[in-house]
Amino acid sequence: MYNLDITHAPDAGGHFGKFGGRFAAETLMQPLKEIEEAFFEAWQDEAFHTERLDLLKNYVGRATPLYHAKQLTALTGGAQIYLKREDLTHTGAHKINNTIGQGLLARRMGKKRVIAETGAGQHGVATATVAAMFGMQCDIYMGREDMARQMPNVLRMRLLGANVIPVDSGTATLKDAVNEALRNWVATCEDTFYIFGTAAGPHPYPLLVRQFHTVIGQEARAQCLEQAGRLPDVAVACVGGGSNAMGLLHPFRDDESVRLVAVEAAGYGLDSGQHAASLAKGKAGILHGNLTYLLENDEGQVKGTHSISAGLDYPGVGPELAYMLEQGRLELEASSDDEALEALQVLTRSEGIIPALESSHALAAGTRLAESMSADQIVLINLSGRGDKDMNTVFKSLGWLEDES
Amino acid sequence: MSAPITTSRLPAVFERCKQQGRTALVGYLTAGDPDVSTSRELLLALAEQTDILEIGMPFSDPMADGPVIQAASERALEAGTHIADVFELTKNVRDAHPDLGIVLMGYANVPYAMGFDLFSQRAKAAGADGVLIVDIPAEEGHICDASLKQYGLDRIMLLSPTSTDERIQLASDCASGFIYYVSLNGITGADMGDMQSIHDKVNHIKAISNDLPVCVGFGVKTPEQAAQVAQFSDGVVVGSHFVAHITQAATKADIKPALSASAASMRKAVES
Repeated sequence: MYNLDITHAPDAGGHFGKFGGRFAAETLMQPLKEIEEAFFEAWQDEAFHTERLDLLKNYVGRATPLYHAKQLTALTGGAQIYLKREDLTHTGAHKINNTIGQGLLARRMGKKRVIAETGAGQHGVATATVAAMFGMQCDIYMGREDMARQMPNVLRMRLLGANVIPVDSGTATLKDAVNEALRNWVATCEDTFYIFGTAAGPHPYPLLVRQFHTVIGQEARAQCLEQAGRLPDVAVACVGGGSNAMGLLHPFRDDESVRLVAVEAAGYGLDSGQHAASLAKGKAGILHGNLTYLLENDEGQVKGTHSISAGLDYPGVGPELAYMLEQGRLELEASSDDEALEALQVLTRSEGIIPALESSHALAAGTRLAESMSADQIVLINLSGRGDKDMNTVFKSLGWLEDES
Repeated sequence: MSAPITTSRLPAVFERCKQQGRTALVGYLTAGDPDVSTSRELLLALAEQTDILEIGMPFSDPMADGPVIQAASERALEAGTHIADVFELTKNVRDAHPDLGIVLMGYANVPYAMGFDLFSQRAKAAGADGVLIVDIPAEEGHICDASLKQYGLDRIMLLSPTSTDERIQLASDCASGFIYYVSLNGITGADMGDMQSIHDKVNHIKAISNDLPVCVGFGVKTPEQAAQVAQFSDGVVVGSHFVAHITQAATKADIKPALSASAASMRKAVES
């Protein structure tokens, strides 16, 4: 069912145009090269895919459904809205597609320990899950601020046997968790595999993460053809680093009729300075091993970001998305905290599906787009994760729980 | 270009040390730590004892640094240190020490944000001899090499225990001034690795790298370690150990004497 060709590959150095690359400390260059070699070798190996696809089917629960949200469509008025139900995967978000892939790679390379950064905790949970299954030691780096707002996921990771290490440096959020994971990896790369969670970082991670997630878009594309008899007019995904966005959008890149839309977190508003919209408001810079769009000051100091959603609260973005934007193949939208909260409630009430706050950003923008389109058109929205982890944040925002912060 | 560009002082520094029969002492401090004016005094004091001064450019996300230098970066930025201050401090040190080797060290995004042409021009004007950017390996040199060369700045390259022969060759081909061998797989300020294996790797690097000077750093904490490393290297780099004085001192006024004493004992160690 799945196409295993690598299309739109970066150059040999991992560059997508001027973006991407491998801006890493010398100590990491050889380990990164080893991962790259192991990945390309595994990708050619039928046995690797047989095991990977079996796990995706029987462990993760793929294929995930494509759901025609008729109530939401009626409520919105306009294009038909289809939801790709990544929220129904094992562990509750798309992140597991990638951790299965990288976990298999880690095992293939004989690594005994895996580490990961996490923001919302979904990647951390997905990594801890795979580590439990493969019997690997697992350390997860997480900003202390994110730990507070995503406590259920912290506890799930612990239950799964992972050690969650709080990160206090910098802004104590996702970017600092990446810094800390990189620092640990520099010292431990001999026996440790860094399971990177998003389609960013030094080469080969943007490619790896994209390839392990393209299953989302490949399924959605086939399901849409089967159910609606045609391709969607617009495909929409939220973007923090860009893993679910690359996963959904990549398989549609050569379908010229399909508009590809990335939705960034507008926080308190794009003009408030308190957002995480790197593509819309950032400029080209170098962080975490790749050249991409960054939110930074005039002197290249990376800024703290704001989003109600921990998973989108990141000052950079995957280099391939920066490249697609520059090439004119990507459209940008942004949803604010309030719009995401509203979209979460609308979907919950109209369809009985509680989405993650990250995915709610895509929903808000996707329904906005659908409104301005006709009923014979299709908007495909990636419902990247379920909302259970966000209930505390949501209840506080709705005033149902006291906000202690 | 109007004025001729002076060449780097780094080759002369190593030549001078060689003639005097000793190993170069390379000291590191982060510019602007704990504030710009104290930093000026500390850099000037450290310059008295060192052959080469590495001046750190503070960055919000120092990915390859341990807690000591991370905190130094945070203090400098919180104190309002700008890149203009880094150049100004560099010039202050240069004016007082015309023969000292000076290397600006940091992460890619700060010079990238300024543009490598302008950055190189200003670094050179301030009196720097070379630049060490932790996260620009040889493969990504296309973004900075031409600018550094145009302004006669050496590009100091890092090598590590994980560097293969192929990578040693690659780094040597684009390095000038010296090679900085990171003596362990870890972040700055961690413990040193096994001394014999460091010795062997340094010899190996020298054999491949056309005899570029090799300085060894990351983890040198005691004069004894410095003396050992000095036996087989061209330079001993001391960073976190010097930076740590900034937080260990009871008051700002106590930092300078402690740093000077510490640098003097390291200096003595590399001369023996």
